[in-house]
Amino acid sequence: MAAAESYPDDLRYHEEHDWARVEGDEAVLGITWFAADALGELVHFEAPAVGATVTKDAAYGEVESVKAVSDVVSPLSGEVLEVNETVVDAPETVNLDPYGAGWLLRIRLSNPSEVDALLDVEAYRQVLASL
Amino acid sequence: MKLIYEKSQAGRRASVIPRPDGLQAPEVPEDLRRSEAPRLPEVTELELVRHFTELSTRNYGIDTGFYPLGSCTMKYNPRVNERLVALPGFAQLHPHQDEDGAQGALELEWRLQEILAEVTGLDAVSLQPAAGSQGELTGLLLVRAYFADRGEGDQRRKVVIPDTAHGTNPASVTMAGYELTDVKTDARGNIDVDDLRAKVDEHTAALMLTNPSTLGLFDENIEEIQQIFHEAGALMYYDGANLNAVCGISRPGDMGFDIVHINLHKTFSQPHGGGGPGGGPIAVRDILEPYLPVPAVVRNDDGTFGLDYERPKSIGKVRGFTGPFGVFVRSYAYIRMYGPRLREMSEVAVLNANYVLARLKDAYDLPFDRLCMHEFVLSARNLKRDHGATATDVAKRLMDYGFHPPTVYFPLVVPEALMVEPTETEMKETLDAFCDAMLAIAGEAKDDVALLKDAPHDRPVRRLDEVRAAKNPVVKYGFEPSAVAAES
Repeated sequence: MAAAESYPDDLRYHEEHDWARVEGDEAVLGITWFAADALGELVHFEAPAVGATVTKDAAYGEVESVKAVSDVVSPLSGEVLEVNETVVDAPETVNLDPYGAGWLLRIRLSNPSEVDALLDVEAYRQVLASL
Repeated sequence: MKLIYEKSQAGRRASVIPRPDGLQAPEVPEDLRRSEAPRLPEVTELELVRHFTELSTRNYGIDTGFYPLGSCTMKYNPRVNERLVALPGFAQLHPHQDEDGAQGALELEWRLQEILAEVTGLDAVSLQPAAGSQGELTGLLLVRAYFADRGEGDQRRKVVIPDTAHGTNPASVTMAGYELTDVKTDARGNIDVDDLRAKVDEHTAALMLTNPSTLGLFDENIEEIQQIFHEAGALMYYDGANLNAVCGISRPGDMGFDIVHINLHKTFSQPHGGGGPGGGPIAVRDILEPYLPVPAVVRNDDGTFGLDYERPKSIGKVRGFTGPFGVFVRSYAYIRMYGPRLREMSEVAVLNANYVLARLKDAYDLPFDRLCMHEFVLSARNLKRDHGATATDVAKRLMDYGFHPPTVYFPLVVPEALMVEPTETEMKETLDAFCDAMLAIAGEAKDDVALLKDAPHDRPVRRLDEVRAAKNPVVKYGFEPSAVAAES
């Protein structure tokens, strides 16, 4: 069963439907419920390597469903510390729990001030309402 | 329906060929010989004929019904094309035949090149690429050769592509060794010119644009776009996927494009959808002609036709010989049937699309409310929001009504996209029957959404589990029970 629609208050959002959970100088990244729902059940996650650099607003990997292959855009810049192997093995985890078990990457931030430019939940909801 | 292996009975044969007396054992080295016979199905000739005849009745093609698969231009392929391509002078020609024994074939290729140059408004044509995707790659290799020759090869590394492009465009850019620059679509479905202006500079090699776009919309700012690119010293590539909308009406060369690929199998009729063969000739402005693939098909001073390999700046060959010859004969026949009235082909394609759009636009969401070209994109997001019925559900239900579904979920900029391309070869009655079905389905979504959710109901197979097929594909017959199949 796919998760019900939700957008947690404690996350920061990117307009390309990505979220970040900032924890000190690290952040956990993933895609929002809206993105997971629009794609449908995921069948593949093409992840970057641990140690790779991700750049704010640039693609760091791909998620694939039977409908489409879509770039995953990084909301923040940094170095990849950890890839969620659960999602690599079972991509549908993202549909089941997009903000919990379905996280994608953990990164060390190279420019923590980028966090200030991200959307809060209200601003992200306005992005969704405008679609 | 059973698989042919399930019909197999040991020892049955479709035909038994007598073994001649005194036949020598084949001269195959011992280590290359099979140790056991291959496991082929064993059936009688009648079972074999019935099996494949029954399979053929499960097929759906343009010859059995309406096929409005957007972006694919599934038009009728006239039977006369097949008669012409089967003429012995074409069908029995050997690719290594001397030029003087193949003058008719070379003349046909040369004349087709001349026509495509005229249709695209450009100067020179190579028929060699085998399909649109190969035409794209060939075009980008020409861009590379051109800038390398000018000493700008290292400087110009970026190719600009709008977010509505066919997926082949970014793939070709990557294969040609370029970097991709994405540009957005504006509120009217055109390229966002402000976004474009900010992204085009002295590092830009080219734009790849499909016009009309995959939204079925002609870009209203094309003159401004060509100004931006040519002022930056970059080239413009026209993806001819949607050329069916503009033949004889407007020409890519006049819009400022320098390279065009033409999908012969779409625009100029060729059975396709089953894997080819396709044809993806490219037409170029004179500045790019020296780099075209060899051999070039040329008319000699004495009026004969020949192959010219003396092109020192050529990027080389991209396909065997001069390209997919059978495709050229069919497309040449199709174009010559229209003759000077080729414009009518595109006019009727555009008229048909607008007729269907006008009948459907109140029942489905229309993301860009404009006259369309040869195709249009609707969205089922209203049905999804109000009744939970998705574009997939509409497409599957349409199969119950006897129609091939439109393209769904493309282009990606439109949620729940349904992309419809009727082509010029359909009758009004067929278009009306399709519209009636689409309107009935919108009504069913409201009254009884399960009809859509469970569709198709009366096809040979019901709704397929696409996710499982993608994750656990079983692509060979399991003589032994497969571990994956056993899970179900």
